Amino acid sequence: MFDDRGPIYLQIADGIKNDVLSGALKEDEQVMSTNQYAAFYRINPATAAKGFAQLVDEGVLYKKRGIGMFVSPDAREKLRAARRERFFTEVVDPMLAEAARIGIGVEEIVRHLGAPR
Amino acid sequence: MIELRGLTVRYGDTVAVDDVSLELPSGVVYGLLGRNGSGKTSLLSALASYRKPSAGSVRVDGAEAFENPAVMRATTFIRDTVDASDQDRIRRVLCLAAWLRPGWDSDYAAKLLDLFQLDPRKRVSALSRGQKSALGVVLGLAARAPLTILDEVYLGMDAVARTAFYRELLADYLAHPRTIVLSTHLIEEVADLFERVIIIDRGRVLLHEEADALRGRGVTVTGPVAAVDEFVAGRTVLGERSLGGVRAATVYGSVPPADVARGEAAGLTFGPVGLQELFVHLTSSSQHLEVAR
Repeated sequence: MFDDRGPIYLQIADGIKNDVLSGALKEDEQVMSTNQYAAFYRINPATAAKGFAQLVDEGVLYKKRGIGMFVSPDAREKLRAARRERFFTEVVDPMLAEAARIGIGVEEIVRHLGAPR
Repeated sequence: MIELRGLTVRYGDTVAVDDVSLELPSGVVYGLLGRNGSGKTSLLSALASYRKPSAGSVRVDGAEAFENPAVMRATTFIRDTVDASDQDRIRRVLCLAAWLRPGWDSDYAAKLLDLFQLDPRKRVSALSRGQKSALGVVLGLAARAPLTILDEVYLGMDAVARTAFYRELLADYLAHPRTIVLSTHLIEEVADLFERVIIIDRGRVLLHEEADALRGRGVTVTGPVAAVDEFVAGRTVLGERSLGGVRAATVYGSVPPADVARGEAAGLTFGPVGLQELFVHLTSSSQHLEVAR
C-alpha cells in the first residue's frame, strides 16, 4: 500500500482524496478513525492522525467532536477542480515529452485518441 | 517524559554510550536503530535502570530512575535472553511476572501463549530459540508497563511469528497506549510502526526524528556520470557506485520537485531510499556522521 517515495501521511491523504474523487467515499460519509486506519494498514496511529489532520486542513474532511471525521460536502468538487488544473502539466505534458523523445508526432496521438476503443 | 542527560556507560576503557542526551515524550513508539556494538543494549540497559550510568542521568517523569522502585515497577525490559531460571516452567515464569507487574493482564498473556503456540507446562530450557523469544514477547506485552523496552526480541522467530508479534504490538499499543522502545536490525519489517526513530552510532545519537519525516529523505540519482556529478554538486552524497558510463548516487535531503523535473529532462532517473537503506548509508562510513547532526 505505501512506498518509500515520501512520508506515509501524505500517501494516506492522497489515498483518501482518490476515494473521494472516485466516489468510493461519499459526501458527509464518516471515514475510518485513525486507530482503525492504523490497525488496518499496520502503521503508527500518529502517522495516520497526521494524514487525517492534513485532510482537515485542506478542507477535504471535517470533524464532529466526539464522533469522528466526515467527508466535506464540497470536497469532491474542490478536488476535481484542483486535479483538472494539474492534468495538463502533470499528465499531458510529460506524455508529449516522451512522445517527442521517441518520435511520435502529435497527429499520431490525436489519431490514437480518436480511434474507437 | 523520559530525559537522558549526558548519559555515559563505560566498560573499563571502552565507552559504550557517550554523553547521550535525549528527551523522549511518553506514549510514543520509538525505533532504536544501530549497528552491532553501537551501544544500543547499553543505552537500553541504562534506560531500564538495569545498569547504573557511569555518568549522567535517566529521569522518568522527573524522578531519577536508578534504584527507584516506582520507576522499576513501571518498566519492562525484554532482552534476547529470558530473565528466568532455565528449570522454570512457562506457567511459573508468568506467575512471577503477574506478581511483579501491576499492569499484568493474565487473559492477554494466555491469548499470546496460544498465538505463539507455547505450552505453559514446558520448561524454559526445553524451548527453541524462537520460542524463547516469543516468551519474551509475551512477558513484554502482557506486562503493559508504561515504559516497555524490547531489545531485539525477534531472534530466532520465523516470519510468521514476527508478523504476529508486530500485529499484537500495534493492536495492544492502540488499546493501551504507552511508551515502547523497540530496537531492531529488521528495520523494513517494523518501520511503519515507529512514530520516532533514534539512530545511534559508536555510542552517540546520530539522529532522532519523526520516522515519517525520514521517508523521502534520501534519493538515488542514476544516469550518465557527468549529469549525475553535476546534479549532486553541492548536495550531501551518502554513497556512489558506477558501472561504465553510468553512475548511481544516493543523496541525503529531500530534492524539490522542480529539481527532479530538471534532472529528468537531463536524462536522470530518481528512486526512493527506504528507512533501512538510509540507515545503512548513514552508519556505514565515518565521513558522513556529521550529516544528520
